[in-house]
Amino acid sequence: MTITVAHDGHVQDHTAATATGVSPVSKRIVVTYGFWIFLLSDIVMFSALFAAYATLSRATAGGPSGAQLFDQVGVAIETACLLASSFTCGLMSLAIDSRRFGATYLYALLTFALGGAFLALELREFAHMIAIGAAPQRSAFLSAFFALVGCHGLHVAVGLIWLLVMMVQVKIRRFSAAVERRLLCFALFWHALDIVWVWLFTVVYLIGANQ
Amino acid sequence: MSLLGKLSWDAIPLDQPIVMGVSSVMVLVIAFILGWITLKGHWPYLWREWLTSVDHKRIGVMYVILALIMLLRGFADALMMRAQQAVAAGDAQGYLPPEHFDQVFSAHGTIMIFFVAMPFVIGLMNFVVPLQLGIRDMAFPTLNSIGLGLTASGILLTNISLVVGEFAKTGWVAYPPLSELQFSPGVGVDYYLWALQISGVGTLMTGVNFVTTILKTRAHGMSYMRMPVFCWTALASNLLIVAAFPVLTATFGMLLLDRYLDFHFFTIDGQGNAMMYVNLFWVWGHPEVYILILPAFGVFSEVVSTFSGKALFGYRSMVAATLAICVLSFIVWLHHFFTMGASANVNGFFGVMTMIIAVPTGVKVFNWLFTMYGGRIRFSEPILWSLGFMVTFVIGGMTGVLMAVPPADFQLHNSLFLVAHFHNVIIGGVLFGMMAGYKYWFPKAFGFKLDERWGVASFWCWLIGFYLAFMPLYALGLMGMTRRMQHYDVVSWQPWLVAAAAGAVVILAGIVCQIIQLVVSIRGRETLRVTADPWNGRTLEWATASPPPAWNFATLPVVTDIDAFWQQKKGAHIEHAQTAQSSGYEPIEMPKNSAIGLVIAFFAVVVGFAMIWHIWWMAALGALGIFLATLAFAFREKEEIEVSVEAIARFEEMQHAGVAA
Amino acid sequence: MRHTPLLLTVFLAAVPLSAHAQGILDPQGPVAAGERQILFNSLGIMLAIVIPTIVAILAVGFWYRASNSRARYLPDFNHSDRLEVLVWSIPLMTVLLVGGVAWLGAHELDPRKALPSSVKPVTVQVVSLDWKWLFIYPEEGIASVNHLTIPVGRPVSFELTSAGVMNSFFVPQLGGQIYTMSGMLTRLQLQADHAGIYRGMSAQFSGDGFADMHFDVDAVEAGNFAQWVETARSKGSSLDASTYAHLTKRSAGIAPVTYRAVTPGLFDGILAAEIQHEDICTRTSMRAER
Repeated sequence: MTITVAHDGHVQDHTAATATGVSPVSKRIVVTYGFWIFLLSDIVMFSALFAAYATLSRATAGGPSGAQLFDQVGVAIETACLLASSFTCGLMSLAIDSRRFGATYLYALLTFALGGAFLALELREFAHMIAIGAAPQRSAFLSAFFALVGCHGLHVAVGLIWLLVMMVQVKIRRFSAAVERRLLCFALFWHALDIVWVWLFTVVYLIGANQ
Repeated sequence: MSLLGKLSWDAIPLDQPIVMGVSSVMVLVIAFILGWITLKGHWPYLWREWLTSVDHKRIGVMYVILALIMLLRGFADALMMRAQQAVAAGDAQGYLPPEHFDQVFSAHGTIMIFFVAMPFVIGLMNFVVPLQLGIRDMAFPTLNSIGLGLTASGILLTNISLVVGEFAKTGWVAYPPLSELQFSPGVGVDYYLWALQISGVGTLMTGVNFVTTILKTRAHGMSYMRMPVFCWTALASNLLIVAAFPVLTATFGMLLLDRYLDFHFFTIDGQGNAMMYVNLFWVWGHPEVYILILPAFGVFSEVVSTFSGKALFGYRSMVAATLAICVLSFIVWLHHFFTMGASANVNGFFGVMTMIIAVPTGVKVFNWLFTMYGGRIRFSEPILWSLGFMVTFVIGGMTGVLMAVPPADFQLHNSLFLVAHFHNVIIGGVLFGMMAGYKYWFPKAFGFKLDERWGVASFWCWLIGFYLAFMPLYALGLMGMTRRMQHYDVVSWQPWLVAAAAGAVVILAGIVCQIIQLVVSIRGRETLRVTADPWNGRTLEWATASPPPAWNFATLPVVTDIDAFWQQKKGAHIEHAQTAQSSGYEPIEMPKNSAIGLVIAFFAVVVGFAMIWHIWWMAALGALGIFLATLAFAFREKEEIEVSVEAIARFEEMQHAGVAA
Repeated sequence: MRHTPLLLTVFLAAVPLSAHAQGILDPQGPVAAGERQILFNSLGIMLAIVIPTIVAILAVGFWYRASNSRARYLPDFNHSDRLEVLVWSIPLMTVLLVGGVAWLGAHELDPRKALPSSVKPVTVQVVSLDWKWLFIYPEEGIASVNHLTIPVGRPVSFELTSAGVMNSFFVPQLGGQIYTMSGMLTRLQLQADHAGIYRGMSAQFSGDGFADMHFDVDAVEAGNFAQWVETARSKGSSLDASTYAHLTKRSAGIAPVTYRAVTPGLFDGILAAEIQHEDICTRTSMRAER
């Protein structure tokens, strides 16, 4: 996530940059645009993992298949947590726009808690699978499953740390231009993870359960 | 598990005199350079002006320096291979045992693609693109510096493998199952994977940076169709980086999981699928070819146009062709393995797609031809490289299309014909392009020209050496010799390989000429001094001083047409943003220097080295270091410095005084 | 650059001279002959455009040199719709032609396609090992290592796989190569028209012993082939679980041997690659017992 922090080579006050700085376009637009490009590349990476999963989804090597392993209810709760956290993240963005500190912290806390719950549930699912012998070492299918879902989980974990850091920054720097830009990028990141999860949920859990 | 993982004194190949000799020389040279810098007290200057600089021009120059140094390393590998194959005929085994020869060709490929061609291309783009766009820096200057740092980390890890441990023995593509733990238990493949993962992240950052810079921060009035062609090719190349490199990261990630955590993506057991690696690798690998060649095409477009004294012929066609190549490059990857046994329809489809990509490439060649037509061609060094390229590349393109015909490829795949083909396009295309660009923009970067005579000598050595080294390989491929042979039983191949080795020596002469050229030029720089516009250029980089100030342009240019600077010189109406009077400068905010790139690069090397040798605590420390450095950076107070009006005015005055004198 | 065409001519002329060096230029069967024809056709089509282009580049570059006062300077000649059309259509038409050759060729010379012949093909099962080749003749019930004997004038139908890393089975004078991959089956049809010894090899780098991973293909008359089969059946050991296990050990450049018998199902066992070598052997011997 070095990308996110490295954005701000520049001024706090982006109106100054408009006139004389490095670029004639506002810093905010440039930064979010760049972050979009990064998110696209991240989605390409997920596509490669999806492709691997699709190729290997039947390569169970005599081990358990998705239909035998996936717990629909647990995954439904996970999904609900993540979607709800995206909603609270949206509310946080609104609170930032209207410069309300209390609301910002409240929604950030909710987002963090829901994201944390998602992650905890996912780890519990992993632990359970490993306990019953469905570890990634068992078959190519399970390798692909753990890599794909785990990679998404890793992104969520990074997002949580990022959110934590941003809250400290809001405390110290208030809503400075840089902090606001970073929070905007965080929101983009968080929603992108949601989109990836929707695909993941469909491809892995819905389709997988019927295979 | 010991504290140092798999690392022990055995890792240093004391029993191999060649390796130890090369490594000791390398270590001595590095020690000498570091000692010299310390003795002369250059560290503060280096630190202030280069190592922590976020100036795109400095970063570009550092990329090119890295590329040139690694060119020497990669070329040394090439010489070793040619020497080995020139002698190892019949019962002879040559002087390199297989386990060493295999490392040499793997390192050669990896280094030349990732650590010579890539940094060279990225370096030139870094230096030129913001100048051509008429802006003061990249969209994300600090990110740029981190990208450079990570590239350097990958390079350092690759070179460490020479002294500590070994490099991959799998070829530069590292196909599993050969690259899996079962068949490659050593650290070689791990060096390969971590070096490329780390530098790959850097490349991705660069890609994001360039795409944003070109799409969002051009000079006022520079609409897309007024952008110099080099910027177009840079845009296409970086779009490909953004879309292709994540696939490589994911693929290497899977192989790492296989090797470290016993996953089964590509293994023989657990129903892994090795061909999936081959597919994913080339989904990245084919666009990679165009990531390298497109900016080279851009250089040729600039050079041919400038030295013919004409605007580029068919600008729109050139842009369309560039974008067509950009898109098509994603649907041709299967031609790298027609011999996998896919159906005739699949092979036929990818064969035809591959040929279609030759159409826009052919269009480019014809457009360069028509640019020269009716021109007044000044035969300076850059145009020589361009002409050498055009002739050579046409041949390489032809042999490429030949191999896109599946039945022909069944015969030529994996043969020396293939080796000759891709060297034909990579040396004749990418490398000649980078050389042309290096000679073309060197005066802009340093304020003096390179010595012409030594440059022309180096060009002819390269050109003749190339033909002498690679035409025999085409012939050998047709005779059924495959690549990567440590020795061979067919004695009749030997004369051809001796000829190829002679060609490599001629290329060596070319490299020596280039080193001499650089030394001679630096020593005679006072007589080689140039003004802002030494070549009678057409684009905005020639509108500012040589070397340009940190802020590039005192007042940002406003563009009204393509070839903006040419129009300006023709006296066409051009205005500057804000006031045009020399006294009316405004202070400029420039990004502050930052050590973050260097710090992250250092910790990346720590993480990579620790992971390669299974020293888990050290890897954790390195990762923590990266995290804390990033955190500290996020909390820094001041991000910009202001360049005062006086400083700008002083610089401009000195420039004018210089021109007058 | 004036040297370039000269050098090219020299090389192109020299290649056929050394055609006896066992490559595609000296085909000995219908597949290789077909491939060479396609190679020449495509090359011919492209040379028709490539040679004039190279000449034009050198001629234009030379004529419009700055010192040539007779050359006309046209600084504003940078666009022409007619030339643009020409510039796109020349490569397009070339590619249409070569693309047609490629598409038809891919179907015509599909390695899986049975060769037209009145004789029933010989089946050979090929296994690439570190670093040697195992050839099993399932119908004849024999096997050989690092030496392939085939009858002249009769198609040979190869089924190929690998016991470990990837290799590529390649006999240039008989036809193009095909990969051998663990857990996967590829097919290749070849035929020799003339008796002789042809060089076969692995074309895909597979590790330290790769350079020695070549073999001779002995194309013999039908009568001699039957005789060879008889001789092979009467001598040597039998290829069973334990001899195969021995074969899988890494070795390079070993002398050719033949086996008088092969445990049935051995090839299928190797193909089901997720099972380790020892497992394969137990499973196949169990099957054999049944």
